[in-house]
Amino acid sequence: MTKPKALLIDVTKCIGCMACYYACKEANKLPETEKVEEDLSATNYTVVKETDGVFYRKLCMHCNEPTCASVCPVKAFEKTPEGPVIYHDKKCIGCRYCIQACPFDVPAYEWKSNKPLVKKCTMCAQRQKEGKITACAEACPTGATYFGDREELLAEARKRIQENPGQYINHIYGEKEVGGTSVLIISSIPFEKFGFRADLIEKPLSDLTWEIMSKIPNYVVVSGVFLYGIYWIINRRMELSEYNKSKNRDSSEDKN
Amino acid sequence: MRLPFKITFWKVVLVIIWILGIIAAVIRFTKGLGASTNLSDQFPWGLWIGFDILCGVGLAAGGFTIAAIIYVFHIKRFYPILRPTILTAFLGYLLVIFALLFDLGQPWRIWHLLIYWNPHSVLFEVGWCVMLYTTVLALEFSPIIFESLGWGTPKKWVGKVIIPLVIAGVILSTLHQSSLGSLYLIMPEKLYPFWYSSIIPFLFFLSAVAVGCAMVIFESHLSYRAFGHRLRMDLLADLGRVMLVTLVVYAILKIQDFSGRGVWSNIFINRSETYLFWLEAIIGIIAPIVLLAIKRVRLSERGLYYASIFTIAGFLLNRLNIAVTGMEASAGVSYFPSWMEISITLAIVATGFFVFSLAVRYLPIFEHAESDSKPAKTITNSKEVPIIKSR
Ligand code: SF4
Ligand code: SF4
Repeated sequence: MTKPKALLIDVTKCIGCMACYYACKEANKLPETEKVEEDLSATNYTVVKETDGVFYRKLCMHCNEPTCASVCPVKAFEKTPEGPVIYHDKKCIGCRYCIQACPFDVPAYEWKSNKPLVKKCTMCAQRQKEGKITACAEACPTGATYFGDREELLAEARKRIQENPGQYINHIYGEKEVGGTSVLIISSIPFEKFGFRADLIEKPLSDLTWEIMSKIPNYVVVSGVFLYGIYWIINRRMELSEYNKSKNRDSSEDKN
Repeated sequence: MRLPFKITFWKVVLVIIWILGIIAAVIRFTKGLGASTNLSDQFPWGLWIGFDILCGVGLAAGGFTIAAIIYVFHIKRFYPILRPTILTAFLGYLLVIFALLFDLGQPWRIWHLLIYWNPHSVLFEVGWCVMLYTTVLALEFSPIIFESLGWGTPKKWVGKVIIPLVIAGVILSTLHQSSLGSLYLIMPEKLYPFWYSSIIPFLFFLSAVAVGCAMVIFESHLSYRAFGHRLRMDLLADLGRVMLVTLVVYAILKIQDFSGRGVWSNIFINRSETYLFWLEAIIGIIAPIVLLAIKRVRLSERGLYYASIFTIAGFLLNRLNIAVTGMEASAGVSYFPSWMEISITLAIVATGFFVFSLAVRYLPIFEHAESDSKPAKTITNSKEVPIIKSR
């Protein structure tokens, strides 16, 4: 069985050279823009930014239990066992629920297009199939973005945090957030400073809807029986009272 | 006919709205969503989801409520308002589906819902329920058409399956009315705490029932004014009672929910969400509860009318608060619909009014009601007696 892959991003090693940014553009054949894009968009799957002198990256987290895949009414998103969350563009109807729901605000829409699709990082699923690592990890000169087995990278991240207590805050972003992700980030400053949500729950967000959704079949059967029961009972009573009325009428007529 | 000036005025308004709507629609389908809307990756759902879908479906909730009252609970005296209500509901759902075609990025793929299933997706469930319930409504509506065409046999067929049909309609409605709220369950970190709640499906359902009744009252008044149809105050006041009970339950749940999540400390913070929340609570909950709780007001034409208007306005505000206001803080951008989004929405609403008035004029919607109470009774009598005797 394939072990799930992941990316470990160590912001303390990032020098802000933008090699991953350009490698990503090239690997995904995204149009070059004059200015460096500051945000994820339909033509840009990763950004490198700076806060308080620390460089960090933003990209799809490739959640273990992706919110995007859970909300999509036509199953256009799929979590592959190897790690990447991939998009089947032929299925997408363009409801944009995935964009609305993703806790990391990742998916982007081709707003300018007349046949718009959702766009986001693919974790180079195609390259991985060919046995290669992601373009960003390949391009990174310092190992700040590092590709490997998720389990091993988690161990490595823990080791770095333990061995350099002053250098890292004690949190691996993506280890537990919304059920864990295939992108793991360790940092010297709190993740809120990068604009990452710090209030995410540890269970998959899809659990929140599944608690309700899973009760639907039961509800349908029970309420069906219940409503028919009400109909039937009231109907029967009305029949009986009609019957009694007519009987009374009959008997009073008889007397006359 | 009686007031040619007024009719001309409304015709002019209608035509202007339609022209704007058509221009906007052309831009929408030639230049795409980016050019026609103010939506963005930060704010992917706007007026069309918030108003056309969330409000539209809720406003049409009278259909299943009245059908259940009449057919399941056998409260037959409501029969006179059945047809106008079914008409509104059917029309409402058709318009919702029509509006959805503007909002979807690739509307020509809407049938994908039929073949690619994702039972984990709330939207999948909503889509299926709306589809099936619209079919149910079409069938519930069909007797009116058959009647005006003079086709007795198919009308009888529908009559035979009406009970299972109505029950299916009630189940489908409870499901998707509440699920429109469940759409937001997965966004605890995005929807502002006034509105995010684990009981949001129940709140959506209750408010839909309340607004469904309010719409029936509102419409009855409108058609009373426009066409002089008799106002059945006896029935409408009873609907007012249903509304009152529903709104009170809603208020209690909301209070419990606020306590449970510790939201009370937020209700006086100086931010736009607070004001809009208070506005919603006052016009949508407090005002109608007060009005309806006073018997004299509930039984008066005017009082009931105002209570229904408050309920509807509060409902609209609630849905827009959830879809728009409550999302702005976490999105980090503010959103206001473009003129094209507004024009298309207005054109759809105007079409609704237009078709409704045509239907009322040419189909047996109200006339039927007025001449109906007797035949309905004789029918039930002649049916019931043989059943008993045959035993
Ligand atoms: S980060 Fe967002 S887009 Fe990426 S897998 Fe998770 S939910 Fe989906
Ligand atoms: S926009 Fe496409 S991919 Fe996203 S949830 Fe809707 S159908 Fe699925």
